[in-house]
Amino acid sequence: MAVAASPGETPTFLDEVIAAIPGDSRLEMCIQCGTCGGSCPSGPDMDHTPRALFAMIRAGMRDEVLRSNTPWYCVSCYYCTVRCPQQVRITDVMYALKNMAIRAKLYQDSTAPDFSQTFIDNVENYGRSFELGLATRHSLRHSPLRLPAMAPMGLGMLSKGRMDLTPRRIEGIAQLKAILARAKELEAAL
Amino acid sequence: MRYLYYPGCSMDASAKSYLDSLLAIRDALGLELEEIRDWNCCGATEYFSVSLLPAYALVSRNLALAARQANGCNTVVASCSACYLNLAKTEHYLREDKALNEKVNTALAAGGLDYKPGSLEVRHLLDIIYHDVGLEAVKRNVVQPLKGLRVAPYYGCLIPRPDYDHRYSNHEYPTELDKLMKALGAEVVDFPLKSHCCGGHMTQISAPVAYELIRRLLHSATEYRADIIATLCPMCQLNLDAYQGEMNRYFRTDYRVPVLFFTQLIGLAFGKDAKALGIGREFVDARPALARIGVEVAVEEALARRVRRPKEELPMPRMPQEE
Repeated sequence: MAVAASPGETPTFLDEVIAAIPGDSRLEMCIQCGTCGGSCPSGPDMDHTPRALFAMIRAGMRDEVLRSNTPWYCVSCYYCTVRCPQQVRITDVMYALKNMAIRAKLYQDSTAPDFSQTFIDNVENYGRSFELGLATRHSLRHSPLRLPAMAPMGLGMLSKGRMDLTPRRIEGIAQLKAILARAKELEAAL
Repeated sequence: MRYLYYPGCSMDASAKSYLDSLLAIRDALGLELEEIRDWNCCGATEYFSVSLLPAYALVSRNLALAARQANGCNTVVASCSACYLNLAKTEHYLREDKALNEKVNTALAAGGLDYKPGSLEVRHLLDIIYHDVGLEAVKRNVVQPLKGLRVAPYYGCLIPRPDYDHRYSNHEYPTELDKLMKALGAEVVDFPLKSHCCGGHMTQISAPVAYELIRRLLHSATEYRADIIATLCPMCQLNLDAYQGEMNRYFRTDYRVPVLFFTQLIGLAFGKDAKALGIGREFVDARPALARIGVEVAVEEALARRVRRPKEELPMPRMPQEE
């Protein structure tokens, strides 16, 4: 979480992004070569390639960057990260941009953030993920018309003993909640 | 060899056959797996997308519990790629970023826990079997070689990448699973997409994106005449297997590539009973492929699969694997 701004200067948007990424992201080292976009399996679905997005970050285009669908199409495969000649931790940049877009409420399509939030709600309530609850709650909200088509798969998961009907709760759920609550306070104070 | 084991949520649900087969082969491999008591979810890719600090705190609770339980053993083993990466990544960043470590430990203190970065090493099951058990020990246990079975070794993303501790031979073209499958007597396909993405959570968010990635993998495996895909990750198995039918309907293709966990194939070569290895829980029936190597799988009637055709079409003959 290195801050690049020199004392006395107003931090730029680039500084803000770099500060949000754990460790040394090396985002400021990007040489605009485009290896990231060329390596990206979901690149064609993005409105800006990662390279373009990094140029926009440098240009201070805060709203455009946080409205971009690019981070939400990142499948977290780390191809760009291992191929980047400047060792920019691109996947981690994408995670930080998603965090920032949620805080700023600037993403366009809420499907991905809502899916993440539903997953998190389960984890925060039970300490474990709950696939059936996640799939049904998410589909009901975002693609109810797809549900009938997905039903055979859901039933298959149940009949093959691959899905629980009820969630499992860890014993230390109160402890976990206390840890997460403190972490959220610390994050809000940033 | 004693290890602290982090199963992760999928092992007891969608990847039940991964757990079954791991338990069936663990004694033969000499693995003593001690489950981390009261572990919690690693957050998958979702928690990190929404808020980073709580996500690192969530994962760190597991590291803190594991370190408490360690008792001389400092290796945490995960069988799921996403769990492995999240644990390894958190341990790595806590070591690298002092400010993050301080905040995470402040959060852990609210639950009466603490974690000292560097006290544990996090490794994936493949790494343990390949490096600690070793191919020679694996070969000694093979009683029914998988001779004639063409296996496409599929690593997915998160094991070879980003690979913080440099445990694998290559970020894009690792060979550990290839060699392990060869040790079982299988015919290993030189699978070019072995570390490409399965689509991850995109099946839920933007299904066509996931279906295209699934299609590419199955197409490549089919081109290389693989009988079966061997995987190491619950998410990869779920996407390639359970969504294969959805993907076929979407593209009007007819791929039928069974996808088994590498532990299931190890179990078969070790002569374990197919049912005890969880074979039969897959959506794309693995029996025709396994019959080729003389493995008979007794399955209940209920598992017989009905062939579905798209409703809008008359049942016309079609070229197999048409694109």
